[in-house]
Amino acid sequence: MIRLKDIEKTYENGTQALKGVSFEIADGEFVFLVGPNGSGKSTVIKLLTGELIPTGGRGMVNGFSLSHISDRQIPHMRRTIGVIFQDFRLIGTKTVYENLSLAMRAVGASGKEIRSRIPYVLELVGLSGKEKRYPDELSGGEQQRVAIARALVNNPSTIVADEPTGNLDPGRSLEIMTLLKRINDLGTTVVVVTHERELVNHFDKRVIMLDAGRVVADGAHTYEVASHEA
Amino acid sequence: MKHNFSYFFKEGVGNMFSHGFMSFAAVGVTVACLLIMGTFSLVAYDLNENLKDLQKENAVLAFVDESLTDDEAKALEGKVKALAGVADCTFVSREEARDNYVALYDEDDLYQDLEAEIFRHRYVIHLTDLELMSQLKEDLENVDGIAKVRADETISAGFITVRNIAGVISIALVAVLLIVSVFIMSNTIKLTTFDRRDEIAIMKMVGATNGFIRWPFVYEGLLLGITGAVIAFGLQWLLYSGMVRGVESSDTMQLLRLVPFTDIWMPVAVIFLVVGIMVGVGGSLMAIRKFLRV
Repeated sequence: MIRLKDIEKTYENGTQALKGVSFEIADGEFVFLVGPNGSGKSTVIKLLTGELIPTGGRGMVNGFSLSHISDRQIPHMRRTIGVIFQDFRLIGTKTVYENLSLAMRAVGASGKEIRSRIPYVLELVGLSGKEKRYPDELSGGEQQRVAIARALVNNPSTIVADEPTGNLDPGRSLEIMTLLKRINDLGTTVVVVTHERELVNHFDKRVIMLDAGRVVADGAHTYEVASHEA
Repeated sequence: MKHNFSYFFKEGVGNMFSHGFMSFAAVGVTVACLLIMGTFSLVAYDLNENLKDLQKENAVLAFVDESLTDDEAKALEGKVKALAGVADCTFVSREEARDNYVALYDEDDLYQDLEAEIFRHRYVIHLTDLELMSQLKEDLENVDGIAKVRADETISAGFITVRNIAGVISIALVAVLLIVSVFIMSNTIKLTTFDRRDEIAIMKMVGATNGFIRWPFVYEGLLLGITGAVIAFGLQWLLYSGMVRGVESSDTMQLLRLVPFTDIWMPVAVIFLVVGIMVGVGGSLMAIRKFLRV
């Protein structure tokens, strides 16, 4: 469950990125977060992942308060969220298996848990048999699948994807979004930040639109979103 | 979270070898630091030991006024013992003094028939600290019944000066070298850390605690520190043993007594290991601090 109430964020240089953002995302929902550059999407993602602390309002992510979270609690909050980035952020010197096992080891998983979980997740994202490949031996779409597998490997309740298809061609983008939809169907909450109108329209899902640090639209209004983005 | 020793250790060793040159530099600086620090400290230690020997041998003689009776002379013992800096004092009667003197020249007839009256009763006084010699001499001279005090201040003053200079130089060198070593160690680990900043950011993003991220770097620093300490210890042994041999075979320095390394290897090993570990782990913690603020 994600709940933001009148969230404000002003950076140290005085830039007011968020001006009273409020929305709620229930467990198991699939939500697109859209908006032009500078609308505050990235700030929202950083707040959800504990990289930033709001300067005003109240927020809660999977039971953790965003404004009162201690440094010690942040890692525990992050374990409830799997993050996917536009640039994949895989470790080039590690194989697919090692990239995933690092993420599991980082949260204290045992060798046995790692050995049983990774094949399952790789099968889920369609990368069975590519465990020993290095990231640069994979296509962009496959690398993003590895990133999705890494986000999923610790079984988080929420996946936050920041422009996950930004570096992919339309065909691969649709595949990735379909994969995220499948993951959502299995019960995981999915929040996708995207610029891609076609994809948003393709999936008839809830859209939260931000503009100049405010929520300007919230609902399954794909056509309106398309108009705004155009 | 359970401490995954094998994982952290493996990562630490991997880090160490992946930046071979910087690791070599860090170990080299640690070795140089420990070696210089160790050599100066050992020299200071030896001087101190020699000073203690000198303290034992270098007694102050307080001669009793000859107008005092034997009982009055013996009664001064309480006053002498009460003075600051007196470790022990022994009354030597004029007869004993004469006998001691004659014993020194037992093969020379000239000294065999000396009268005890030409000697004075005296106190042989050992000091708790040679640095108190001047003050004690002054205090003894102010005791009623003490006619004269003989104290060899020049030798003790020379030793004290050398010991103090060596001590100050040791402390200053140790401080400077420790700072330099920690700084270089920190930079070595910082390079490793910088190389792995993406990995660290990813680990933080998936919910790794700062402790989990820090441990491999701590192990790296620990291993570098221990390696430096072991090498430095071996070199120190060779160097110091060479110094001992040099002093023993020297005609001019035979007065000095150097403690054999085999008598002091244990504390030296422990100090080297502790300092090496402190430098290594301290450097790691300094280096990683910045990268954990994600």
